[in-house]
Amino acid sequence: MWRAELISQFRRRRVKALLLVLAAVPALLAVLVYLSGGPSNGQGPTFLDEVTRNGVFAALAGLTVTVPFFLPLTVAVVAGDSIAGEASLGTLRYLLVRPAGRSRLLLIKAVTIGAYCLAAALAVAAGGLIAGVILFPVGRVTTLSATTLSLGAGIGRTLLAALVVGASLFGMAAIGLFISTLTDVPVGAMAATVGLAVLSAVLGGVSQVQAIHPWLFTRGWFAFGDLLRDPVQWTAISHDLALQVAYMAVFGAAAWARFTTKDVLA
Amino acid sequence: MDGPAGAAGTPAPGTPAPAPAIETTGLSKHFGKVPAVDGIDLHVPVGSVFGFLGPNGSGKTTTIRVLLGLLNPTAGTWMLFGRPMPQASMQILPKVGALIEGPAFYPWLSGAQNLARFDAAGPDGDRPTRRARIDLALARVGLTAAAGKKYKAYSLGMRQRLGLASALLRPRELLVLDEPTNGMDPQGTREIRHLIQELAGDGTTVFLSSHLLSEVEQVCTHVAVMSLGKILAQSTIAELQATGARRLAVETVQVSVAATVLERLGLTDLTIEGDAISARLDGQAPEDCCRALVDAGVGVRSLTTVRPTLEDTFVALTGEGFDVAR
Repeated sequence: MWRAELISQFRRRRVKALLLVLAAVPALLAVLVYLSGGPSNGQGPTFLDEVTRNGVFAALAGLTVTVPFFLPLTVAVVAGDSIAGEASLGTLRYLLVRPAGRSRLLLIKAVTIGAYCLAAALAVAAGGLIAGVILFPVGRVTTLSATTLSLGAGIGRTLLAALVVGASLFGMAAIGLFISTLTDVPVGAMAATVGLAVLSAVLGGVSQVQAIHPWLFTRGWFAFGDLLRDPVQWTAISHDLALQVAYMAVFGAAAWARFTTKDVLA
Repeated sequence: MDGPAGAAGTPAPGTPAPAPAIETTGLSKHFGKVPAVDGIDLHVPVGSVFGFLGPNGSGKTTTIRVLLGLLNPTAGTWMLFGRPMPQASMQILPKVGALIEGPAFYPWLSGAQNLARFDAAGPDGDRPTRRARIDLALARVGLTAAAGKKYKAYSLGMRQRLGLASALLRPRELLVLDEPTNGMDPQGTREIRHLIQELAGDGTTVFLSSHLLSEVEQVCTHVAVMSLGKILAQSTIAELQATGARRLAVETVQVSVAATVLERLGLTDLTIEGDAISARLDGQAPEDCCRALVDAGVGVRSLTTVRPTLEDTFVALTGEGFDVAR
């Protein structure tokens, strides 16, 4: 069923459209920079200034631009829809009497959402890389520590950054999955998940609640930039990934407790 | 476990009677304080075509959802083919094909892709034979021509057919069909009836929930009548009809004389329509009625007894006909 679920989900027009839009964002960014001509005055998002010198940075700029809102939004759509969407279609009851097994179905859904997180971040990187390579010169990649990497290593770091970004969305995805088990209305689950992400980001900017800052799942979303240092700074990234694992454990367990006992009336 | 469609056939002589396909003991499901299903004891013999009747809102679908493990019962236990549920779900449910409250599929996939999706979702969905099984199931419900069409383009009747195809995708020992002819044209309804009879002929137990009494009357061997969460009657269809009040129907030109004679004999609920008169027998022997009529000089053209239709029995039992029970 693993294959069937992945094929079925990625065959959806909605998922294809989301991935396409995500890939278009950095491409659009690159085109705008290209048309405006020349390096900007350093007020744009991180990495954007570098784009005219090296097209590879279009991918990194794309990640920076999409990680606060676009990427989490699409993850919330997919995660919020996972169980509630099956319930609203009525397919949930047929999967359960098939029997797909409740724990197994939940695990498959979780893995599919995880695959989507990674695919979404990779789509952003791919869109940026393709547009960057077409519009701008490419060459050795200058790191944030002012050293340079070979083009291959630079692209490797970029793709790794995309994977880290994808993984840093896992915590939110787990929250979305849990909320999705609570309702038969997918839009409600999506909205609630986005709402929590916004709340987390807002709290992250309020210094009075500094005590909870280390525990906010949005906190490490920009940590991927440390991959562009030389040597790579792993501290923030590993903290973030550990936090994501903790969120997955807590909300995954909550989703499991809820889903394996719930009355399916849809 | 038994092979595909194995245990459902008639047992060889001398072997003990097989465990019932469905057996519930005091099964209840409450929503808040409202008992949707209130302590029912269902007994569905293997190989039967079991009609599950009841007005809308009587608890039929809730019962089916509990039986298939979608709802947790408030009280009571149930077994499928002698195996306690829901513990044996993963072993028993692959042998059960179900249509619950109408079909549900992925709108963005074609009919055949949908069947493949569900087949892959559970055990016994043998991949090498999948293509052939899907083609066969689609052919059985007359959907071959629409196999590649997206589900969202299907009409209501086609969707219902695809739901049945999904239930027939693997050899089944039990089919649980909740209103299977919903949304189908008369032709489709007849096809489904033939399909059910064909499946029953192969030994598959069919649990058919319906409010179409004529449909149940034509295909079912057993019947249970449910109302307000309780089972009011449960037996073979012949036994149930025998419990209903038989009527005497007399054809004569002297209807008024005949009416007086029958009333004197203690028959009730007289109705007169032209040359025909009909009354509840209430235990009177029809031959006594006949003699009394002839003795009174009534020219009897025909005299028959009429078995109540299932609908008569149903209305007598539930008292509310087809109105929503609550």
